[in-house]
Amino acid sequence: MAEYAVAKPPNVLVTLGLGSCIGLALYDQYSKVSGLIHFMLPNSNGKQNKAKYADTGIPFLINEMVKKGASKSRIRAKIVGGARMFNFADENSAMNIGKRNSEAAKKILKEEGIKVIGEDTGEDFGRTMRFYADSGEVKVTSYKRDDLTL
Amino acid sequence: MNKSQDNLSELQKDALREVGNIGAGNAATAFSEVLDRRIEIDVPSIEIIPLEEVSTITGNEEDHVAGVLFRVSGEAPGTILFIFPSSTIKYLVEVVMDKIIEPEEMGEIEISLLKELGNILSGSYLRSIGDMTNLEMNQSVPGFSYDMAGAILSSTMISASSTGENVLLIETEFMDGEEKIEGYFFFIPQVESLSIILGSLGLSGDE
Repeated sequence: MAEYAVAKPPNVLVTLGLGSCIGLALYDQYSKVSGLIHFMLPNSNGKQNKAKYADTGIPFLINEMVKKGASKSRIRAKIVGGARMFNFADENSAMNIGKRNSEAAKKILKEEGIKVIGEDTGEDFGRTMRFYADSGEVKVTSYKRDDLTL
Repeated sequence: MNKSQDNLSELQKDALREVGNIGAGNAATAFSEVLDRRIEIDVPSIEIIPLEEVSTITGNEEDHVAGVLFRVSGEAPGTILFIFPSSTIKYLVEVVMDKIIEPEEMGEIEISLLKELGNILSGSYLRSIGDMTNLEMNQSVPGFSYDMAGAILSSTMISASSTGENVLLIETEFMDGEEKIEGYFFFIPQVESLSIILGSLGLSGDE
């Protein structure tokens, strides 16, 4: 959690047990530079740990990928996670951190001009994601549902 | 000013540990009565853990576990979370319902059993803390999830942490003598509640 990594083929980036957190996979199909961030909350409010928050982590990851040879205009995104593990009928949506996280990711990606080409977010179950740098494929495994490839 | 969880004195930590001890002791007694066997508890630990590290505190983040969650409202709000590993679920269902199932096959009745056990334990925990501190605390209906430990722990702790930085856990492990029942019990008071609990014990003073 609150970590990021940039990789090239044949590496596979993995993040385990996403709940309300988001695993965001960014991929430049041409250079095959791949970036994965596992952020926990939407807003940093000035806090230091960049990879922990959507607003600081996403631009940071894009930048790190560009340093490794990615072209920003070719980067595409796949968003995974943002679940609500426990449902309480009386809770309002402001308390749904998972939903706020996925909304924050989409808003920031839009501001950065990066297109979202795959998404598996929300619902009420945990997810593990594997991101293959050679193909750009993201495999999502969960206990409650069949595996999914984005 | 709220008491920051990072600068609790040893005395204050001892007091919180004692609160946890009494709460967990009573919960263990209630648990023992329901199951008709002796359930032991560890001395509770008070841990201040960065949110980044919470997903592995019970072991592997991909292990399947049951989580039973309660929101605590009243004078010292917070969150209570039970984690029951798969082996414990199997055993509890066997002891209480005389039925052998894999946790994956749990239906409504088995889920109700775990929720109800959680209910009894957290009720007796909060009652004894309430008696000790004279604070009124109420628990919500239980929320339930059977899923990856990492997903349950991280989601719970992120939403329970008022600061978004750390989470203060009053953590107890419970077990029977034969290692058939193992589980975790977390009480996560809100930062504001820490001062209130400590204040009620006469330990609110800043150094």
